[in-house]
Amino acid sequence: MANAAEGAATKGGFRAWLNKRLPVDEFVQSQLVGYYAPKNFNIWYFFGSLALLVFVIQIVTGIFLTMNYKPGELTAFDSVEYIMREVEWGWLIRYMHSTGASLFFVVVYLHMYRALLYGSYKAPRELLWLIGMCLYLALMAEAFFGYVLPWGNMSFWGAQVIVNLFGTIPGIGPGLVEWIRGDYGIADSTLNRFFALHVIALPLALALFVVLHLVALRQTGSNNPDGIEIKAKLGPDGKPLDGIPFHPYYTLKDVVGVGVFLMAFAIIVFFVPTFGGLFLEKPNFEPANALSTPEHIAPVWYFTPFYAILRAVPDQRLGALLMGLSVLVFLFLPWLDRSPVKSIRYRGWIWKLAVAVFTVSFLALMYLGLMPAEGTYVMLARIFTIAYFAFFVLMPFYTRVDPVKPVPERVTYHA
Amino acid sequence: MSETSITADDEVDHSRRRFLTAATVATGAVGTVFAITPFVKSWNPSERARALGAPTEVDVSKIEPGQMVIVTWRKQAIYVVHRTPEMVAALTQNDSKLKDPSSADSRQPDYAHNEMRSIKPEYLVLVGICTHLGCLPKQHFERGEAALGADWPGGFFCPCHGSKFDLAGRVMAGSPASVNLVVPPYEFRGDTIVIGVDQQSEGVA
Repeated sequence: MANAAEGAATKGGFRAWLNKRLPVDEFVQSQLVGYYAPKNFNIWYFFGSLALLVFVIQIVTGIFLTMNYKPGELTAFDSVEYIMREVEWGWLIRYMHSTGASLFFVVVYLHMYRALLYGSYKAPRELLWLIGMCLYLALMAEAFFGYVLPWGNMSFWGAQVIVNLFGTIPGIGPGLVEWIRGDYGIADSTLNRFFALHVIALPLALALFVVLHLVALRQTGSNNPDGIEIKAKLGPDGKPLDGIPFHPYYTLKDVVGVGVFLMAFAIIVFFVPTFGGLFLEKPNFEPANALSTPEHIAPVWYFTPFYAILRAVPDQRLGALLMGLSVLVFLFLPWLDRSPVKSIRYRGWIWKLAVAVFTVSFLALMYLGLMPAEGTYVMLARIFTIAYFAFFVLMPFYTRVDPVKPVPERVTYHA
Repeated sequence: MSETSITADDEVDHSRRRFLTAATVATGAVGTVFAITPFVKSWNPSERARALGAPTEVDVSKIEPGQMVIVTWRKQAIYVVHRTPEMVAALTQNDSKLKDPSSADSRQPDYAHNEMRSIKPEYLVLVGICTHLGCLPKQHFERGEAALGADWPGGFFCPCHGSKFDLAGRVMAGSPASVNLVVPPYEFRGDTIVIGVDQQSEGVA
C-alpha cells in the first residue's frame, strides 16, 4: 500500500504537494482500495452504508429545517406549519427529515438483524457490536427529542410519558423528572433543551460513534454470511483469498443499494409522507395541549415493541425496568451466545427456531404497541414479552446444545 | 540516593511521584465537580418557572354536584370534583378492589389523608396526572359503565395504559399504576379552594 502513496508523492504537482501535507492517497489506499472485504456479501450487507446515507440526509435536511424552526412553546408548532406552507420547498425538506427518521430505523433494524443472522457480534467483533449499540441508543434519544420538537399534542404527551419513566426510579425519581423538564410540567424549558440536544449534542455523539464503529470494523474486518474469518486464509500476496478490495467492488455495489433505497425514499416522501399515521401521527397535527390527552397514545412504530412491553406489565416499576432491559439486553448478546458457529447457515434447528420466535415476538410486539392497551392485546403482549426475553435469557443454554453443522474452510458462493 | 540528579530511573522517587499524580487527579476531579455544577443546575426550574407556579383559586360554589372542573396549577391539570352524597357513600365499599385503600403508599397532605382523601368529603381535589406515566385520566363517573365492566364503581380511567381509579383517586387492582392519584396541597377560603397552599398555613399565605 506504500507503493501508491510513494508513486503519488513522486509525481509532483499539486497532488504531491497535498500528500506531503495531508495523507489523502495513503488514506484512500489503506481504507478503501487496500481494505479487503469478504467476496460473498449478500443483500443484507447494504444496510450499513445506507445507514450512513440516511445520517447524511438527516444532517443536511436538519440544518435547513433549523433555519426556519423556532423552538419555544408559543412558536414551535406554528414555525413547523410555516415551513410546511410558506417556506419554498419547506414541505419537501421536512418530509425528507421525517421520512428519513423512520427509514433510519428500518435500515438500522435490518443492519442489526443481519448481525443476528450471521453472528457478526461474536468474537472478535464484540466491541464493534457494542459501539453499534451505542449508536442505536443515541439514535433512539435523537429520534425521541426530534419527535417532541413540532410540539403537536402527540409530541407533548409522548414527552410526558417518556420523561415520567424516569420518575419510577426509587428515591430520586420525582426530583429527576423535574430536573429533566426544568419545570413542573413539560414546558418551554423542556422543549428548548430537547432542541439543543437534538441539533448539537446527539448529532455530535452519533458522528463520533460512527467513526469509532468504522475504525473498529477496519480492525476486525467484516463478517460474512458464512461467518468465516477470511483473514485465516491468505494468498501468496498476503491478501485474504476470499476478499476483494472494498473499492471499487463494494463501493459500486453500495451505489446500487443507494439507488434502490432512494427510489423507495422518494415514493414515501412524495406519495405517502405520513405513511398512514405511522411516520407522522394524526394527533400531532393539533398543537400541544396540557389539558387534553390524545384518545390513544402510541409512540412512532420504531419504539412500539418496547412500549408494548412497558404496558404489558401490571406493575409500573417492573414495567419500566423490563422496557429498559428489553433494549439493553442486546448489549449482552456477544456473551449470551455460546455457539461455536457464527452464521445461521451452519447452526442447528434450535437456533433457527429461537431466531424465528424472536422475530415473530418483535414484530408482534411492534404491532401490539400500536394498539390500545385493552383485553386480548394486553394478554398477547404478555405472551410475546415472555417469548422475547426467553430468547435472550435461555440463549446460553440452547446455543450450547444446538446441533451445529461443520463450517466450510472457504466462503461459499451462491451465484 | 543522590540529591542532585533525578534523571536516572533508579533515582526517581516513585512513591513521591505516585502521591503527586494522585493529588493532581483528586484536585482535578474536585474541580470538575465544581465546574459541571452550574451546567447541571441550569436544568432546574428557573426563577420564572417557579414564580409562575403560584397558587390557583377555584370557586367551588359554581360546581354542580356530580360535576368536575379542571384548572391548572404548575402546568398540571388539577381535577376538582363535587361528589354527590351517593358517590361519597359508595366510596366505602371499594376497599377490596383497591391496591392502596388507606393511601399509605400514596402522596397527599396529612389533612387529606383520610378515607375520602379530602378536607370536605363532597369536594375532591386531585392532580389529574396518572401516577403511572403521566397521562390525563378521563372522567367516567357512571357506575357500571358498559365499557369498564358491570362492577365499575365510577371514577377515572386512563386511556394511555388502562389504569383505573375510584372517585377518591384510589388506584384499582389490575392497573399498571401502583399508587393513588396525588392530592395537591390546598385550602378552603369560604367557597374558594386555593390550590398550592397548605390548609395549616391559613392566614399566612
